[in-house]
Amino acid sequence: MSTEPNIKPNSLRNGPDEKGHFGLYGGRYVAETLMPLILEVEQAWHKARDDEKFWDEFNGLAQDYIGRPSPLYFAKATTAHYGGAKIYFKRDELNHTGAHKINHCLGQILVAKRMGKKRIIAETGAGQHGVATATVCALFNMPCTVFMGAEDIERQKPNVFRMKLLGAEIVPVTSGSGTLKDAMNEALRHWVAHVEDTYYLIGTVAGPHPYPEMVRDFQSVIGMETKEQMMAKEGRLPDSLVACIGGGSNAMGLFHPFLDDTDVQMFGVEAGGHGVDTDKHAASLNGGSAGILHGMRSYFLQNDDGQITEAHSISAGLDYPGIGPEHAYLNDIERVQYVSVTDMEALEAFQMLSKLEGIIPALEPSHAFAHVMKIAPDLPKDHILVMNLCGRGDKDIFTVADKLGMEM
Amino acid sequence: MSRIKKTFEALNGEKALNIFITAGYPDASKSLDILKSLPTSGADLIELGIPFTDPMADGPTIQDSSLQALKNGMSLQGTLDMLTKFRETNNETPVILMGYFNPIYAYGCDNFVKAAAQAGADGLIVVDLPPEEDEELRIPAQAAGLDFIKLVTPTTIGQRLDTVIENASGFLYYVSIAGVTGTKSANIDEVGAHIQTIKEKTDLPVAVGFGIKTPEDAAKMSKIADAVVVGSSIVENIKQNQSVSDIATPLATQITALKQAI
Repeated sequence: MSTEPNIKPNSLRNGPDEKGHFGLYGGRYVAETLMPLILEVEQAWHKARDDEKFWDEFNGLAQDYIGRPSPLYFAKATTAHYGGAKIYFKRDELNHTGAHKINHCLGQILVAKRMGKKRIIAETGAGQHGVATATVCALFNMPCTVFMGAEDIERQKPNVFRMKLLGAEIVPVTSGSGTLKDAMNEALRHWVAHVEDTYYLIGTVAGPHPYPEMVRDFQSVIGMETKEQMMAKEGRLPDSLVACIGGGSNAMGLFHPFLDDTDVQMFGVEAGGHGVDTDKHAASLNGGSAGILHGMRSYFLQNDDGQITEAHSISAGLDYPGIGPEHAYLNDIERVQYVSVTDMEALEAFQMLSKLEGIIPALEPSHAFAHVMKIAPDLPKDHILVMNLCGRGDKDIFTVADKLGMEM
Repeated sequence: MSRIKKTFEALNGEKALNIFITAGYPDASKSLDILKSLPTSGADLIELGIPFTDPMADGPTIQDSSLQALKNGMSLQGTLDMLTKFRETNNETPVILMGYFNPIYAYGCDNFVKAAAQAGADGLIVVDLPPEEDEELRIPAQAAGLDFIKLVTPTTIGQRLDTVIENASGFLYYVSIAGVTGTKSANIDEVGAHIQTIKEKTDLPVAVGFGIKTPEDAAKMSKIADAVVVGSSIVENIKQNQSVSDIATPLATQITALKQAI
């Protein structure tokens, strides 16, 4: 699959503009040292995007290495349990490495190779993007350096070990709060000092243009497959889509191909932590405001002085104080409804889905499922809902056991 | 005539020393004492850093100073208040506010440029605001009489150099290394050649910064530029002496040595 031609001029899928703006958001807010390189990435990406051979290689590996297409699964027991909407799961947790992150890692490393870059750097929070990056680096035999908050290294030991097995070097980040946003700062600082030979493989639909667009286009495989699979199963499009949002890559991948299908409702589920009215959450849209960080204008958690505040979520993968700029735009024009669920609701959803379907979800899509649990019962039986099950929960069993007070 | 222009003219070919400090480091009161002492110690221009939680272009020294300043209650408003107090006794030394876009954006670009001009600022350096995105701040800033100082880096070559120089005012800030503040040292020959190219395109003075630590570094750079910026090693000195009550004295020794070297 590649990006689709023939998008109408008034389409919501035309963004970003040539400077990388989605409405007010996006853009390229980086130090001058990086600007020429960012422009070079954009050029290489656009050249690749228009090259059939590029997509042949991407699609071949997506099929045989990642295991795409991922199934669209009718969740019969869940549907019966809630007694309302007909619930489908897009099974991106079945991908190689256990989450959707591998989609954009594969795409980006192919771009990096075309650019003649010799090494890859990445940031990671929970370690999923780090593992996916280390995986494609092993596949293409490229040195890989992953920046990870010192605190996250402590919390995510299994993923740290996986990355090491795959041959990646892990750089603990102690600056700032020692979490994902600081890992991203540190990766950017490292990139500034190694612009010649290094490609920065960003892990979500965030950062300076062209990253939000490029990552989205690689993740759009999720929505494009869903469309085709749903037409085959139901002969029509779904009525609603639900996906969790940290930076927003899996949600953007599912939503984007449907943006012009105005009858399809969309819900982006942010991490509400202890509640968006507390100071412990990661809901940038519901509890943040417009600002500039990490190369983009978007929504961020910040105080009145424009200082970035810390995000909190039970899910390390959603623990980021910002969100991709296209989501900020879709929020402002109200094309997507952005809601939030709390840590406790996600924890309950994690257990429900495990028992109902025999699928242990990651804590990230557990947020999406918590919202499904809220809305499904009141929806009519002919309402078709698709939730992106974007990651599996093996990595989270330690966190969950700890929260539930259970011995492993 | 602006203070920046006057300062460069008065130097009459001698080289200027730009000193960077982080506003509010180690605390608000000591930071104001330091600021007031800089001109008599030998600083020709002052770069006053607006603290930010996520200083992407800075090395560990300035990052830490920024976080500590914030912890001690410093803010963008506090930085402007500090400058207002400085101007009560100094009306000659140019002060350039240097920082990241988000605190300014949160303050509101129009409100900020008015407040900054009112406080006595002469120019702005906003690290993460490249020419592609700078209109929103540059236009009101220049209308308010603030110079908009652009960063030129080792990667700013060819057509890109023209793009960056266009609309620049005050002086150009040449980042001598591809990296963050206070880390590696520059290759003097490469920097010199690049500054030559820049000089062919503009009459603006060129200041060189990033990685200049010692009087020897400053001496070398002053041969090829109009001004030398020292930041991280100043902030490091402040760190070492933060518990000293008369913090300005050890700093004066360092600044005087730098000034004599150039």
